[in-house]
Amino acid sequence: MENHEHEPHENHITSYTTLAKVLIGLLFLTFITVAVTGIHLGPLTVAVALIIACVKGGIVLTWFMHLKFELPVFRYMVLGVFLLFALIIIVTFFDYAFR
Amino acid sequence: MEEHRDDIGSRMGMWIFIFTELLLFGGLFLVYAIYRADYSAEFHTAAHELNAFIGALNTVILLVSSATVAMAITAVQKENKKLALILVAITLLMALFFLVNKYFEWGHKIHLGIYPGSELLTKLERGELLFFGLYYFMTGLHGFHIVVGMILLTVVFFKIKSGAINAGSFVLLENGGLYWHLVDLIWIFLFPLLYLLT
Repeated sequence: MENHEHEPHENHITSYTTLAKVLIGLLFLTFITVAVTGIHLGPLTVAVALIIACVKGGIVLTWFMHLKFELPVFRYMVLGVFLLFALIIIVTFFDYAFR
Repeated sequence: MEEHRDDIGSRMGMWIFIFTELLLFGGLFLVYAIYRADYSAEFHTAAHELNAFIGALNTVILLVSSATVAMAITAVQKENKKLALILVAITLLMALFFLVNKYFEWGHKIHLGIYPGSELLTKLERGELLFFGLYYFMTGLHGFHIVVGMILLTVVFFKIKSGAINAGSFVLLENGGLYWHLVDLIWIFLFPLLYLLT
């Protein structure tokens, strides 16, 4: 364990209470999603459902997947992949719209 | 001789693998988005066939299992082996529940004659055909990931039991957890897109 000082992650212990709170938050957001899609808001429903899904995804990445306590390089990599995916979506839709 | 280990490298390798998985499912979400834009009315009709209750139940199951596997890491760090084993076992049980639900869900659809290549499906509108095709492929691929995750977590369970995974060395548990959270993450998007947006 010679590289212990380079590992801020290894020393961090996420408490059971924190994880339980995160779970409750995620369950609450699931409930909100089901409730919101039940009332018909038209195209807005898709937007709301996707925004809530993104928030839930962010919570999973931050706490469950420990990104909050990882080295910054992990966060940059994840950000890079999401930017790449966003770019793929944009480019595809442009191609599709102007065909 | 000192044991050679690189936990950061292990986790980074796992993350890079997870990125490939995200782009794999990302591509499918893109296909879904394009066809949904093209056949929105048919997608709405077809999505009515899906059971939102089972979808919601499976969401809850996966969220709970994600929390338990994350808690297992805490338990291992606190050297509470027994609790860690219980938490991983609960995660595996939840995974099994998920698959049982999926079995009944798919079974019901197949009973109704809605399955890839079925006679009924070919008579439906093109948009509905595409929706069910995507539904079976995306939930099927996701279900396959559940099975892989279960195998991985079973290995983790026995390694915790044998002491190979302990408070000083638990990167395999972390990576198994990361994989399991990925499965959860994908479902978080699959559930509203397939089951709720009717």
